[in-house]
Amino acid sequence: MQRERVRAMLLVVPLLLFIGVTFLAPLGMMLLRSVHDPVVADALPETLGVLAEWDGEGLPPEAAYAAIARELTLAREERTLGQVAGRVNRVESGMRSLFTRTARGLPDVTAGPWRDVMVELDEAWAQPAVWNAVRATGQRFTARHYLNAVDMQRLPDGSVARQPEERRIYLALMWRTLWVSGAITLLCLMLGYPIAHLIAHSPPRRANLLLLLVLVPFWTSLLVRTTAWIVLLQTQGVLNDILVAIGLIGDDGRLTMIYNMTGTIVAMTHVLLPFMVLPLYSVMRAIPPRYMDAAASLGATPIQAFRRVYWPQTLPGVGAGSLLVFILAIGYYITPALVGGSSGQLISNMVAYHMQTSLNWGLAGALGGIMLAGVFVLYVLYDRLVGIERLSLS
Amino acid sequence: MPALTSTAGTRQVPLGRYAYLTFCALVFLFLVAPILVIVPLSFNAEPYFTFTEGMLRFDAEAYSLRWYREIVENEEWRRSLVNSLTIGISATALATVLGTLAALGLANAHMPARRLVTGLLISPMVTPVIIAAAGMFFFYSSIGLGQTHLGLILAHTALGIPFVVITVTATLAGFDRNLTRAAASLGAGPVRTFGKVQLPLIAPGVLSGGLFAFATSFDEVVVVLFMAGVEQRTIPRQMWAGIREQISPAILAVATFLIGFAVLLLFAVEWLRRRNASAP
Repeated sequence: MQRERVRAMLLVVPLLLFIGVTFLAPLGMMLLRSVHDPVVADALPETLGVLAEWDGEGLPPEAAYAAIARELTLAREERTLGQVAGRVNRVESGMRSLFTRTARGLPDVTAGPWRDVMVELDEAWAQPAVWNAVRATGQRFTARHYLNAVDMQRLPDGSVARQPEERRIYLALMWRTLWVSGAITLLCLMLGYPIAHLIAHSPPRRANLLLLLVLVPFWTSLLVRTTAWIVLLQTQGVLNDILVAIGLIGDDGRLTMIYNMTGTIVAMTHVLLPFMVLPLYSVMRAIPPRYMDAAASLGATPIQAFRRVYWPQTLPGVGAGSLLVFILAIGYYITPALVGGSSGQLISNMVAYHMQTSLNWGLAGALGGIMLAGVFVLYVLYDRLVGIERLSLS
Repeated sequence: MPALTSTAGTRQVPLGRYAYLTFCALVFLFLVAPILVIVPLSFNAEPYFTFTEGMLRFDAEAYSLRWYREIVENEEWRRSLVNSLTIGISATALATVLGTLAALGLANAHMPARRLVTGLLISPMVTPVIIAAAGMFFFYSSIGLGQTHLGLILAHTALGIPFVVITVTATLAGFDRNLTRAAASLGAGPVRTFGKVQLPLIAPGVLSGGLFAFATSFDEVVVVLFMAGVEQRTIPRQMWAGIREQISPAILAVATFLIGFAVLLLFAVEWLRRRNASAP
């Protein structure tokens, strides 16, 4: 018994370690970044020490001015000033230029009092808001990014409030991601259910052939399929050409079907449809046709027989397919990025934006963390309902 | 009365059935439309993404192999093919070995915390890939593997492992434990039993898991976007650049090649699945 147990564990441990290092550690690092940001704390330790005693109203003592003057000069020499200024700028706009301008002017000054020197360099140093921003970003561990990710912010007095109207974007984007994923799931179910039924109840040879029509797109590269939808849907594309040729629309009335939400929904439905059809098919195949015959012979109309006999038996497949499609849709990145334009972007695209363009990695981590939590809940649900080991794809 | 309802029924049913079949046909068309469009357009003699009049008249002049010539001669596409194959094959080998061993352990009735371990091993499949890619970008850069082939191989191995674990576990579920007991009673050690009895029987499952892992790596672009430098660009990365920057029909030629490749993979997996199903 004990030996068997050890043997089983020895077989699993190498892979567990491998996944731990190559996959789980990176995820952990991403999540850590969403709550941990030491840049400002490392660059301005003395300043933050003085500010810890400050009540947040009026101006901080001369010691704070002296400390920040010294530390800004040092940061400029060590070339970390840009990073520090960028961090503070995210809490209070205008800080980036204030910091760089001040640090540039400081070396010309040799003696204090530093408060007068700095206010001389820039009047903004006489505003408590600046100091509050420095103190807020100086915390090593912070909930700031998560607050930001749900359109909230911490006010200088420590209370939490909603972001001003024009800066509320993430909650709306999360809702959009959820409803788009829901719509795609529903579309996949509506399109996938009938064809899964047709395949499941066809004679073997025809069933295999029809299954091929589902599997070939399934195995085809995602980028190939996305390219194909661009070719099909763009203004000068195949579908518009056909519509113009048969006279349904005029040449100047070509439809915009791509680089917007329509493009995202069409292409994603196409990509995810096989994930709905395959689980449905495997459940439907196991339903004996006798049941429907029995229902009919007992006087049920086809609709009644479907509703009372067939549909309930396919529910495990409906649940499995829908959950899988929904989970995959929530995290989708490539398709919206390529065919979504600006109106068809989802939460993943915002994570990518903060990773690559705005370089606000903490916020990217927080958005990712929220997404991960959502997917985790659905994953556990899937495990309860279907069993993850049955997440089979062929 | 019964006669009446039955005639009404026969008149109703075919109509509903035709609607149902037409709907199904349209869905199948939706599924294969992209492929139907890409393959012929890749032979377009003109740099357009739509059918020219000549193509519709089946004019031989309207078709050409110029885009295929272009990708074969292009240094970047050639390098991306080499990268895709190197990374894909290495990641597949690693994922298959580690994944098969783990599946053997998971199939053991005495394995502790099986549900949790399975969940962890399969997590790369359901984690939104953008989050994994972002985390990997930080992590691999911090250990000096950013912008290296090795880093990408490790990352792709992690993404391919769930497929190996799932397929091999499924194959092992149908495996007759008495066979290993028989081998053991005849004096074979565990390694010999595995090599001579178990492995040959689960080989189709192992291979198809490997093919899934390879397909995953071969089609992966998000991790590559975050982690690869110019030297590590793979085919999907090159296509991404093509779609975003200078879209040229050469992409359709590559796409056609990838479709052919997908069909090959599909047939290989189906063939293995059937062998597995017909195995004793």
